Amino acid sequence: MVSPAAEVERVARTSYGRLVAFLSRQSRDVAAAEDALADAFRIALERWGETGVPVSPEAWLMTTARRRLIDSGRRRETAQAALSLLPLLSVGDHLGGEVDRLPDWRLELMFACAHPAIDPAVHAPLMLQVVLGFDAAAIAAAFLVAPATMGQRLSRAKAKIKAAGIAFEIPESGRLAERLAGVLDAIYVAFGAAQDDIAGADLRMRWLGEEALSLARVVDGLLPDQPEVKGLLALMLHGTARRKARFHPEIGYVPLDAQDVALWDAGMIAEAERLLLAASRFGVPGRFQLEAAIQSAHACRRLGSVVPDDAMILLYDGLVALAPSVGALVGRLACLLAMDDLDRAGQALAAIDESLAADYQPYWAARAAFHDRLGQVEQADRAYDRALCLATDPAVRAFLGERRRAMLGRRV
Amino acid sequence: MKYVLVVHEGPEGLATLRDPARCGPYMGAWGAYAKALVDAGVFAGGAGLQLPETATAVRKAAGKVQVQDGPFADSKEQLAGFFQIDVPDLDKAIEWAGKSPIADGGVMEVRPAIVGPN
Repeated sequence: MVSPAAEVERVARTSYGRLVAFLSRQSRDVAAAEDALADAFRIALERWGETGVPVSPEAWLMTTARRRLIDSGRRRETAQAALSLLPLLSVGDHLGGEVDRLPDWRLELMFACAHPAIDPAVHAPLMLQVVLGFDAAAIAAAFLVAPATMGQRLSRAKAKIKAAGIAFEIPESGRLAERLAGVLDAIYVAFGAAQDDIAGADLRMRWLGEEALSLARVVDGLLPDQPEVKGLLALMLHGTARRKARFHPEIGYVPLDAQDVALWDAGMIAEAERLLLAASRFGVPGRFQLEAAIQSAHACRRLGSVVPDDAMILLYDGLVALAPSVGALVGRLACLLAMDDLDRAGQALAAIDESLAADYQPYWAARAAFHDRLGQVEQADRAYDRALCLATDPAVRAFLGERRRAMLGRRV
Repeated sequence: MKYVLVVHEGPEGLATLRDPARCGPYMGAWGAYAKALVDAGVFAGGAGLQLPETATAVRKAAGKVQVQDGPFADSKEQLAGFFQIDVPDLDKAIEWAGKSPIADGGVMEVRPAIVGPN
């Protein structure tokens, strides 16, 4: 027999976002839906121990949460609250049982979370909470913010969704690409927060990375004609495929060019390649497709072939032309450094606005490597210092520290 | 839902309003915008405001009322009017705000209105 606790955990993991989306779509009151669902999970833990796990746990939880919502709506006794819950009464009663028959409005919920009227810094945390059920403390840890601050930002955003009347809708085709970019950015930010834990020591972070992947899969499943979604998925799969190679128990952080390609996950790389190929058939390049193409080029090393430097730089040029983010500019700089093209690396470095990159660790690491290569020890030392201050992951700190020691050692 | 579109004119818009040659056509564009709101059945009230220097600030401080010449805010952008519209959601309100003829540098602020008990 399945234990009630294990079953509650399973449903929470697999159906949380679906249930929240279903319960809040009409009222736009995400916080109330989450409270009602938390109540339902609590009641399930008590009740299922006595009665056994129901045939359809999802439907049971949905019905219970819906009743809690309607009760709390009645207590508030506002006509508007009661009206907004009416659709819940009708749809829910016709549900035969399987959660697959519960309409899937997770994508609509994601569009609400990443709405331009919501502070962009909260898009990713908000999605992690309302679609995946992460608690504020876990999200705060991933984004290096105090838990109370994160809790406040999340509740403020939920209050705005409700008060400002942000619709749970997939935007019309004219605005879809622009709004989708916001959703994809947020997913990638969530993924990046998990990737920063190089050693994979924090299981919660590893889970976060997998869940960010699952969010992208949800979007791809519901919007199969959007090449950028496939590009993002491919990009994240390439990153995840190298997780084992990125950290060596004795050496620590291993940069891409020194990684043991045998440790790369061949299955994930193959899936990424399939997705990128499918995306390219649409003939509409985009930021994530180009970033995935760059990673795909790196992945060629696994097959013993090396992508020519010129081709690599062309990909970066395309990316910078399309989306001149600090990340893209620094990526291009790192690529030129790897090619030993110090002239162009110098130009690339000069072209990056330092004020925009002030808090970006890879910028200082690349800058340190550049000065180091030219024998400009003092400048390199200062840049290493900045990179070390900004590096939060112990493995990366150790790596940078080692590079700096090697440089200072050479001088003696 | 009811939203108020608050019109904040920037320096360019304010200069246009002060220029007798340009003020007429500019106000005409705003009139056409208001008519479009009415024709779409979303208009629920509003007013254009005279220039900021016609404003009087009635301030409450330490329980006392102080009357002062001039608008409340001393900034480059100035309140110039508002529309109330009734649309299903924020996206529709944003769409209408985006269609306004406001001059470069101006801001249309979209705010949900407080709904009374009825």
